[in-house]
Amino acid sequence: MNILSLFVVVPVLTIVGILFTKDFKGARVVSAIGMSIQLVLAAALILMYLGARKAGVTDEMLWTADYTWFKSLNIHYAIGVDGIAVAMIGLTAIVVFAGIFASWEVEYLSREFFISLILLATGVFGFFISLDLFTMFLFYELAVIPMYLLIGVWGSGPKEASAMKLTLMLMGGSALLMVGLFGLYYNSAPDGGSLTWNILEIAKIKIPVEAQRFFFPFTFIGFGILGALFPFHTWSPDGHASAPTAVSMLHAGVLMKLGGYGCFRVAMFLMPEAANEMAWIFIILTTISVVYGAFGAIWQKDLKFINAYSSVSHCGLVIFALLMMNQTAMDGAILQMISHGLMTALFFALIGMIYGRTHTRNITEMGGLMKVIPFLAVVYMIAGFASLGLPGLSGFVAEMTVFVGSFQHQDTFHRVVTIIAASSIVITAVYILRVVGMILLGPVKDPHHLELTDAKWFERLSTITLVLSVAAIGIAPLWLSDMIQASLEPIVAKLTVFNPF
Amino acid sequence: MDFGQFILMRHELLLILAAVIVLIAELAVSESSKARIIPFALGLFALVTIAGFIPGETGTLFGGSYQSNELTTMMKNVLNMGVLIIFLQSESWLKKPENVDKASEYFVLTLATLVGMNYMISAGDFLIFYVGLETATIPIAGLAAFDKLKSRSAEAGIKLILSSALSSGILLFGLSMIYGATGSIYFADVLKNVSATPLIIMGFIFFVAGMGFKISLVPFHFWTADVYEGAPIGVTSYLSVVSKGAAVFIFTIVLFTVFRPIMEQWQHLIYTLAVMTMTLANLFALRQDNLKRFLAFSSIAQAGFILLGILGANGMGMASVVYFVLVYVFTNLGAFGVVAAVSAASGVETISGYNGLYKTNPKLSLLMTLSLFSLAGIPPVAGFFGKFFLFTSAAGSGYFILVLIAVLNATISLYYYLRVVKAMFIDANEDPAPTFRSSNAMRLGLIMCLAGMFIIGFASTIFDYLRNISDVLFN
Repeated sequence: MNILSLFVVVPVLTIVGILFTKDFKGARVVSAIGMSIQLVLAAALILMYLGARKAGVTDEMLWTADYTWFKSLNIHYAIGVDGIAVAMIGLTAIVVFAGIFASWEVEYLSREFFISLILLATGVFGFFISLDLFTMFLFYELAVIPMYLLIGVWGSGPKEASAMKLTLMLMGGSALLMVGLFGLYYNSAPDGGSLTWNILEIAKIKIPVEAQRFFFPFTFIGFGILGALFPFHTWSPDGHASAPTAVSMLHAGVLMKLGGYGCFRVAMFLMPEAANEMAWIFIILTTISVVYGAFGAIWQKDLKFINAYSSVSHCGLVIFALLMMNQTAMDGAILQMISHGLMTALFFALIGMIYGRTHTRNITEMGGLMKVIPFLAVVYMIAGFASLGLPGLSGFVAEMTVFVGSFQHQDTFHRVVTIIAASSIVITAVYILRVVGMILLGPVKDPHHLELTDAKWFERLSTITLVLSVAAIGIAPLWLSDMIQASLEPIVAKLTVFNPF
Repeated sequence: MDFGQFILMRHELLLILAAVIVLIAELAVSESSKARIIPFALGLFALVTIAGFIPGETGTLFGGSYQSNELTTMMKNVLNMGVLIIFLQSESWLKKPENVDKASEYFVLTLATLVGMNYMISAGDFLIFYVGLETATIPIAGLAAFDKLKSRSAEAGIKLILSSALSSGILLFGLSMIYGATGSIYFADVLKNVSATPLIIMGFIFFVAGMGFKISLVPFHFWTADVYEGAPIGVTSYLSVVSKGAAVFIFTIVLFTVFRPIMEQWQHLIYTLAVMTMTLANLFALRQDNLKRFLAFSSIAQAGFILLGILGANGMGMASVVYFVLVYVFTNLGAFGVVAAVSAASGVETISGYNGLYKTNPKLSLLMTLSLFSLAGIPPVAGFFGKFFLFTSAAGSGYFILVLIAVLNATISLYYYLRVVKAMFIDANEDPAPTFRSSNAMRLGLIMCLAGMFIIGFASTIFDYLRNISDVLFN
């Protein structure tokens, strides 16, 4: 079997395994085993990919496989990965692995919890390996729908309303996306011949510009909603705040990246002329996302809301960088996706662990946690530093690349938006340092907090995995950006041919 | 003429035979053992369903009045499967003391309507079409009033017969105009003489209005919710799945073949009806608490989606319509089956009564969730594929704006489907419906729905087969 199909098969088998377990201990062990296998597979895939490239394999996609599914509509189960997809698969595997251990003590309907969580992961993995728009869309929807139950059943706060809002907004996004996909399909053979859903096939032809103008906004906004594009980001703070820990991790860490990934792999790559024409609209929107998200985070008192708004800001930066359409900026966008995915997952894991102990997420009610739970506090600081872009951690590499790339544009418009967007770094520092100062340092505010215990083994495992990954990218970003760069070339080439700037 | 050719009508003849056998068998069993008729009729009908799949000859009879081809055979098989599942799901209801004496009537009446639908689908002229339609309609009124001692059921029967009579009148009025304009009732002859003259357009609009009642399109839907609510669940599911499916089939066939020359005109009409049906039905469904009314409005909305497939007036459109109805049979019967099972065990028929159902009846709740997801068009269940292909077909004819309206409506529909999911999984309830075990027949019916929802979606051969046989209309 193709190694990529394993990424879908292993989670499905894990789900079947969970069905045979009796209690929550069995369910979590089976999930942990399944997702560990997945992590090992992802690591192997990265190594194999680097090895193949070193050996001089220059195919755009590796390990491709293609099985006809619905013959009459030319729908295929077509899979294949390039460096970007491999990196995203690696990210997903790490976050899911950490997520399983972060939810080690979910006892309420735990089998259902792990099944839904892994179903979500199946959708994400499937999405990243797909080369066929239909299959991709199927996996995309598969990843979104378990969120409703995950937030609605296991969430906290106004969970029903948040779950409903999130599901409906994301499904509204996929509704727009569906129209865009039909547009791509029916324009995939402008000179006659058979229509196709295959991304690589469509990339070879030029879709008529009028059709692009019509369908590009649908596709881009459809994916953009999942990527928290302003003004369609409102599901994100509510959803993240109400979601249980592992779900916030997966959602902010991975699922929102589906949006960014789809934006360039489908919308921009297949409709480059329209992308160039309309980029300015979305650049303005994402600039607002970046700054507005950061300011939003300052005003919040709930740790999850802070992080959710920070995600809006960071994910906005991803799409912002993609729209700059040059090699450096897009390289930065991918790095930012991975960096943000890891550190936001780390954040949400820590928030869940702190909340599990203090039973509050309100920053004004906490203080001096460094003294009582030093391990979690230190990791929280590391995550904070990564988020505000301290050199040596992943955030710095990503943001630096993004801004260098976007400043390469000579015109005033791009310069101005870059400067505005770059100001978010300062704002980020404000809210991160403020939170760190309030909850970790100073005297212990609540005497009950003195009796808190520090992280247990599974919590350590979960957080250390993420910290190591963040540091690995920060210290040695080159292997990752090498992997990305080569794969970005065809995309950037297609985009810049028409670039009027 | 050669009597051997009657083999072409094997579906209809088998059904008539089965109905007659059930009637005779009913005479043979004693008063005290009437319940035995139920498994006998079930087994008999299962054989009829299987026999329907045996490939056989196709052709026309009676100078073109009756036609059968692979497509109509497939349509009849779809309906047979739906009826089989409904029979399985009605078994425990029929065994109740107040119904067991009438059990054979239930089977005979249902089989009689099914015969009518089969003739309707195979019609080659408007006469057979109309006779089939009436044969299909009148026994349903009897079925709707099956719980004759309950006033709601009796009311449903009266409402159904009155609205059916009215819609049949309107339909006939339209057909008489078309006959007047074209001078023939044979589909083939009408096709040759149809053009966009005012008389034909007028007749056509009356025809659509009459069919609109049967398919319950907005604005001809007012009878639907009341009848669905009042009728026994076994009959409601029959109305919403089989009866609607059959009407959709013949409506599509007639539009694609007979009225092809005025396609441009009818596309405008169907476009408007589709938008109205989807949107209004969704808005009504948002506020329902009674599950039968809720599913009634949901099934109206689904009919609106089906119109999208009809708009793509080509083989792809035909295939997507038949495929969607096939999916819809299994999906909607899954939902109705759960409603029937819960209602039989605890009498609960409201959404709020489903609060906390997952705690007590996890399997039924899961099946309900999957059915609702399938109705909403969410993968991995078959409804996703069904909707996707309907939309593909409409998009293929260039109706991108309509597809956008439809997918946004699908998103709205997700809200009310999720309300039921929320009730079952999330809402706390101190007194949820008690745990119970359904009868074996009911379980078999539900398992068939579950299997259907997965197999029909992922087994691409089913769609490909439908796609291949759908071009037969366009030769």
